[in-house]
Amino acid sequence: MTRTRRPLLALAALALSASVALPGSTAWAGPTLDAVKKRGELVCGSNPGIAGFGLPDDKGQWKGFDIEFCRAVASTIFNDPNKVRFTPLSAKDRFTALQSGEIDVLSRNTTWTQSREVGQGFEFGPVTYYDGQGFMVRKKLNVNSALELSGASVCVQQGTTTELNLADFFRTHNMKYESVVFATADEALKAYDTGRCDSFTTDMSQLYGERTKLGNPEDHVILPEVISKEPLGPVVRQGDDQWFNLVKWTHYAMLIAEELGVTKANVDEKLKDSNPEIKRLLGTEGDFGTGLGLGKDWAYRIIKNIGNYGEVFERNVGAGSKLKIQRGLNALWTNKGLQYAPPIR
Amino acid sequence: MTGFVRTAPEPTLPPPTASIGLVATLRDRLFSGPVASVFTLLGIVFLAWAIPPLVRFLVVDAVWSAPDGAACRAPGAGACWAYIWRKAGYFTYGSYPFEQRWRVDVVFAVGGVLIAWLLVRRAPWRGLAAALFFIAYPILAVLLLRGSAMLGLPVVPTDMWGGILVTLIMAVSGIVFSLPFGVALALGRRSALPIVRFFSIGFIEIMRGVPMITVLFMANLMLPLFVPESWAPDRLLRPLVGVALFASAYMAEVVRGGLQAIPKGQFEGAMALGLNYPQRMRLIILPQALAIVIPGIVNSFIALFKDTTLVAIVGIFDFLRAVDTARLDPEWAGPTITATGYVFAALFYFVFCFGMSRYSLAVEHELAKSRNR
Repeated sequence: MTRTRRPLLALAALALSASVALPGSTAWAGPTLDAVKKRGELVCGSNPGIAGFGLPDDKGQWKGFDIEFCRAVASTIFNDPNKVRFTPLSAKDRFTALQSGEIDVLSRNTTWTQSREVGQGFEFGPVTYYDGQGFMVRKKLNVNSALELSGASVCVQQGTTTELNLADFFRTHNMKYESVVFATADEALKAYDTGRCDSFTTDMSQLYGERTKLGNPEDHVILPEVISKEPLGPVVRQGDDQWFNLVKWTHYAMLIAEELGVTKANVDEKLKDSNPEIKRLLGTEGDFGTGLGLGKDWAYRIIKNIGNYGEVFERNVGAGSKLKIQRGLNALWTNKGLQYAPPIR
Repeated sequence: MTGFVRTAPEPTLPPPTASIGLVATLRDRLFSGPVASVFTLLGIVFLAWAIPPLVRFLVVDAVWSAPDGAACRAPGAGACWAYIWRKAGYFTYGSYPFEQRWRVDVVFAVGGVLIAWLLVRRAPWRGLAAALFFIAYPILAVLLLRGSAMLGLPVVPTDMWGGILVTLIMAVSGIVFSLPFGVALALGRRSALPIVRFFSIGFIEIMRGVPMITVLFMANLMLPLFVPESWAPDRLLRPLVGVALFASAYMAEVVRGGLQAIPKGQFEGAMALGLNYPQRMRLIILPQALAIVIPGIVNSFIALFKDTTLVAIVGIFDFLRAVDTARLDPEWAGPTITATGYVFAALFYFVFCFGMSRYSLAVEHELAKSRNR
C-alpha cells in the first residue's frame, strides 16, 4: 500500500500547487462595458426566487424589482431592456460568479456590509432598496408598534442574523419575549399561522412576500418599525470605475426622473420641457453620457424602456403588486425617505 | 384377492369449506393468530386514520380550475391543482423562451420514441435505434436546444433551460455515461496493468469518498476560478459532468460485484477458446456479469435520477427547484400551494423511478429464463 500512497500524495500536491498558481490568471480582460457591448448582452446575476424582487412568471420570464434594475442597465447600453441574460445565483455562489467574471453585475438583494466591500474586492452600488427586519402580527391583536410587543412570542428562523437582531431589539428596549425558532422560514411562518406565536419576524421585503402565503393576508399587519439595517443594491467588481459609475448612475437617473415627475409615459413630452434639470437628465442640454461611455440619451433610454424609480417600485413590490409594500425608507428624500440622488450637472 | 385393487381412482373431495372462500382467505392471511390479528387491526386503524384526510385534501376539496390563487386560499380548500396546471409550462421548460418551446417538445418526442424503441426487447432493428439514440440524438438535441445561427434557430443559453427538461437531461446523460464508464472502471480496477488499475482505484475511491454536493460545488464554484473565463465550461455542463463522473464511480463498484460473481472457469474457458481480452469480456464475461447485477444497476440509476435534484444548490433550475420557486409567486402563494407543489413533484419522481424498477424486473425475468431452464 505504501507504494501506491506516494504517487497519490504527489498528485495531490500537484493539484494544490496548480490551484494556488492559477487564480492570478482570472482577472477580467478589459473594461466591462466594452465586453458587454461586444457580447451584445448584459449578464446579470439574479435572485433565484424572491417574490416581487426576482421570480420567473408562468412563461419563465424573469420579473421583479432587482430584475428591472438589470433591464435598466441593459436599456441604457443597448436601448433594449431584453438584451440581458439572467444567471440565477444562490447566496453561496453569487460572489464567485462575480469574481470570476461570469456575470457583469450582481443585482440580487445583497446586503452591503463593510467586510464584503473591503475584504472581497467588490464595489457596492447605490442602495436601491433599504431593507431591514420587521414584524408581522395579527390585526386582531391591535398592536400598532413593535414597542408594544412586550411579552410576545415571536416565530423566527434559526441561525440567521434575524435571530440576533431580534434579541438585540428586545434587550435594548427592556422588553420580555419568547423566541420560537425554526430551521426554515416556511416552518416559522406555518407556526405563526397556526397560532403558535403572536408575531413573525424576518426582513421587511420578505415579510410582505411571506404574508401572501397565509390564508387571509388581510388579517395580518406589518408593523412600521425596522429594527436592523439591510441596505440592498447592485454589486460590481472593483477596478472598473467606468462600469461602476454606469451602474450607479442608472439608479440615480431613475431617482432623478421620479423627483422631476418624468415617467415612462410622459418622457417624450418632457423632452420639450424647459426645466433645466429635466433637460440635463434627458440629454437635451449638455452631454453627460460620454463620461459613462454612452450617448447623450443614456437616461432617456432608461426611462423610456423601464420608467422611473417610483414606477418600478410600485409595479413590482408596491401598490401595483400583490405585495403592497409601503415606500417607507425607500421614499424620495423629499418625502421623508432615504432615496437621494446627486444632481446631474 | 383382486377385490382389494381399485380399478378407478377415488373421486377427489372438494377442499373443506373452512379453507376456501373469502372468510377462509381473510382468516388465513390476516387473522392467522393473535399477533397477526393485532397487526391487521393496527393496519386498518392506520389506514382509516391516514387515507380519508389524504383523499379529502388531494381529491374532494381540491381546486381543479381557478384563474388565480384566490379560490385556493379559501378556508378548507385542498390541493390547488389549478396552480399546477397553470405552472405546468414553467415546470416543464423553466425559463426557456415561450416561442421556442416547440424545440424542447421535439427533443422530448424524438427521445421518447427512441427510448421506447430501445426498451421494447422484441422491437426490430434495435441496433439502429441504439446508433440513433447514442450518436445522432445527442447531436440533434444539443443543436435544437442550444440553437445555432446556421440553422436559423435563435441561440438559447443554458441559463434559461430549466424544469423537467434539465432534470431529464441530467438523468439521461448521467445514465448513458455512467454505465460504459462504470464498466470501463470496473474492468480497469481488475486489470493487470498497474497504471490502469491505479488510476481506476484512485478515481473510484476519490469520487466515492466525497459527498456529491462537494463534487457539484467543486465543479461549479472552484473550476471557474482556476481557468480563464473563456475556458470555463458552461454552467449546465459543469454539474452534468460532475453527476456523470460521480455516478460512474458507483456504477463501477456495482459492475465489479458482477465480475467477481463469475466463476474462474468462465475466464479460463474463454481463454481456452483462444479469444483475446476484448472478445472474452464482450462475448463471455460481461453479458453474464451485467445480467447478475441488473438490480444493482437499476438501483444506481434510480438513485442518480433522484440525486439530480442536488444540482439546485449550484443554481441550476431543475424540476424540483422550479416547483420550489413557483410557489413563491404572489399571485398564487397560499397555505396549500407548497404542499400541492411537493405532492406533484413526489408523483413525478415516483412515476419515473417506479417505471425503471418495473422495467428492470421484467428484464430480470426474461434473462433468468436461461438459468431456470
